[in-house]
Amino acid sequence: MSPDRAEEREAPAERDTPEAPKTADGRKAADERATGGRKTGEAQETARRLSAARLLDVDPLLDDPKTRIVVCCGSGGVGKTTTAAALGLRAAERGRKVVVLTIDPARRLAQSMGIDSLDNVPRRVKGTEGDGELHAMMLDMKRTFDEVVEAHADRERAAAILANPFYQSLSAGFAGTQEYMAMEKLGQLRARDEWDLIVVDTPPSRSALDFLDAPKRLGSFLDGRLIRLLTAPAKLGGRAGMAFLNVGMSMMTGTLGKLLGGQLLKDVQTFVAAMDTTFGGFRTRADATYKLLQAPGTAFLVVAAPERDALREAAYFVERLAAEKMPLVGLVLNRVHGSGAGRLSAERALAAAENLEDPRIVDQGDGKAGLRNSPDTYGSSQPPASEAAPTAPEEGSPADTEHSVDRLTAGLLRLHADRMQLLSREQRTRDRFTARHPEVAVVEVPALPGDVHDLTGLRDIGDRLAAGRPEHT
Amino acid sequence: MSRLQVVSGKGGTGKTTVAAALALALATEGKRTLLVEVEGRQGIAQLFETEALPYEERKIAVAPGGGEVYALAIDPELALLDYLQMFYKLGGAGRALRKLGAIDFATTVAPGLRDVLLTGKACEAVRRKDRSGRFIYDYVVMDAPPTGRITRFLNVNDEVAGLAKIGPIHNQAQAVMRVLKSPETAVHLVTLLEEMPVQETADGIAELRSARLPVGRVIVNMVRPGVLDAADLELVRTVERSSVAQALSAAGLGGARRGGNAEKLVDPLLEQAAEYAERYTLEQEQRAVLGELDLPLHELPLLTEGMDLAGLYELATELRKQGLS
Repeated sequence: MSPDRAEEREAPAERDTPEAPKTADGRKAADERATGGRKTGEAQETARRLSAARLLDVDPLLDDPKTRIVVCCGSGGVGKTTTAAALGLRAAERGRKVVVLTIDPARRLAQSMGIDSLDNVPRRVKGTEGDGELHAMMLDMKRTFDEVVEAHADRERAAAILANPFYQSLSAGFAGTQEYMAMEKLGQLRARDEWDLIVVDTPPSRSALDFLDAPKRLGSFLDGRLIRLLTAPAKLGGRAGMAFLNVGMSMMTGTLGKLLGGQLLKDVQTFVAAMDTTFGGFRTRADATYKLLQAPGTAFLVVAAPERDALREAAYFVERLAAEKMPLVGLVLNRVHGSGAGRLSAERALAAAENLEDPRIVDQGDGKAGLRNSPDTYGSSQPPASEAAPTAPEEGSPADTEHSVDRLTAGLLRLHADRMQLLSREQRTRDRFTARHPEVAVVEVPALPGDVHDLTGLRDIGDRLAAGRPEHT
Repeated sequence: MSRLQVVSGKGGTGKTTVAAALALALATEGKRTLLVEVEGRQGIAQLFETEALPYEERKIAVAPGGGEVYALAIDPELALLDYLQMFYKLGGAGRALRKLGAIDFATTVAPGLRDVLLTGKACEAVRRKDRSGRFIYDYVVMDAPPTGRITRFLNVNDEVAGLAKIGPIHNQAQAVMRVLKSPETAVHLVTLLEEMPVQETADGIAELRSARLPVGRVIVNMVRPGVLDAADLELVRTVERSSVAQALSAAGLGGARRGGNAEKLVDPLLEQAAEYAERYTLEQEQRAVLGELDLPLHELPLLTEGMDLAGLYELATELRKQGLS
């Protein structure tokens, strides 16, 4: 974020009379900007209201016929694939014809959607409700790459490329190939114009937005001199007037030959020569896909979990997308915890648990304790000597049951204290993100205790996405 | 104890944290370890609360007993020049290659070569000796790519050796594979007690084994403390709501009668317990799956206060206690 933009955002808070906002939402946002800077005990409350004002509403986005592509990006392990699938299902069940392109879905989820076989074409998902359609496919990198080659080279040349050992290694899925191919597949699906909406799950790239760099890298390679050099021997032959270039070239190929070994260099050269025409088409397509991503019909969703690393990555995504002028619509924050007993603080819950575990230190001053336990048993009449040594209650006696209920209740309270601590940690982490990126609308998806591997589970996630509010507000 | 410790795991399982803790644990008692980052995310710098790491081996922590942890974030482009310099004495030609875009080509367009450089650099650090013939680093710990890519990543040199059938690249690739496939290397997988990471761990182990790469240990990260045991969870299902309300009231949380503050807590608390029970069952199932992998299994606790430098030392101590170093 540039300092200029930061000032722009802070400006309204410093003005004495902020302009009257045009919408109710706008007013809320302005109010919060005005109070957000105050360091009062209400800070947390303010943050919560801020989140409500910046709520990302998923349904209008999915329903809008102008939305043609939704891209889910985020670091690994934050539920990106599940989010993409849940959004796809929801859009389909709201009447749209949707295709979900996933990269690496969990096996059981893929099975439940019927896309566990790798044939690289979208399959209709059975069991959806309503008039819409859900199709899904899992990306097959090698096959996609082969298709590109076949589409852009004549048959003989294509056969030569497909048989080239260098090509075979490259296409079989070295790091990076996935990104190129995900872009390529997206372009293909969009070009077919068969679906109202394409939902894409992006590869778990090590450097966050590798897939956005793919066309550029390809471009810099194609414009580079290396490719000319590698392809030159085939093109130039021994033509006169090129002697100078040829000297440089033979020196270079000499060096490369020394490096790579003769056979590999030959493989690379034949590969590059054969790919020369193909690359051109590939690059045009990649450029077109890149522009498609910037177009108004595209919506980027950054997916994260309320953990420090995931949100740090999310912030990076947000900044990168802005720099690339990609249309970000908001942040999906998965696995957010809530509590139905949010008013009982962790501290009080722990204190109460201790009271139950060691009843002799019950805080009688509270006035509420001891309702059940007579003072004869506990507290005031505590005998001074070792006589007080606890006598084991008889099996099954009321005292025993009471004891085990106390123990359980203490456990429940400790569990609650853990939950409240987790909740406030998640809140802090999220607030750090919203402070840095107040412009990003957020939708929070409450955590589920288990994994999702069927349409019912996806539908549930979809409902949670659309409800969009954390339980604790 | 293998001198090259490779740490992989599904995204989000905390493999960088575990790798860092392992590097610290292995450095105790005067040992020197090198922690290598290959994914360019600067996760190590963030963990050790230092500025971004350059492409340079630099001391980032001191372990109990005078050990040292060095860190290196490998930059593929610089690693390539380094590699050219080291193996082929191609200083000037290296610069020429760079001008031609060959470096870009090698490190980005032909992404497999990136993996060649990263594994090559790590193996070089493993084999490096000082003048007296002692290893510079007692251990090298690599924060490696995620489980889904790890086998291909480590095996890339096999592929290269197949492509370049003769010449220095071929020889180098074979030398790297000799290190990676020997007992000098151990590949550890980090997981969580959740279905997807456990599944991926099982798949990853099968892949590593079929590629004859040495699988080390499975490290279950972020294990939540047990708050309720099986007996408690049994009782949760049968307990009278009113007796829980009374217990809460006795603990000073308000009235136990209908509408009282303590009574109002009962439902949400029992609901949280039910969620806990569901997760408990899932975790037990996943523990059983991991148990069948027939590998040493370790568990690291979830640090409730979030991850920081103190937490890292805590995890390192835990790893030592469990005999990982």
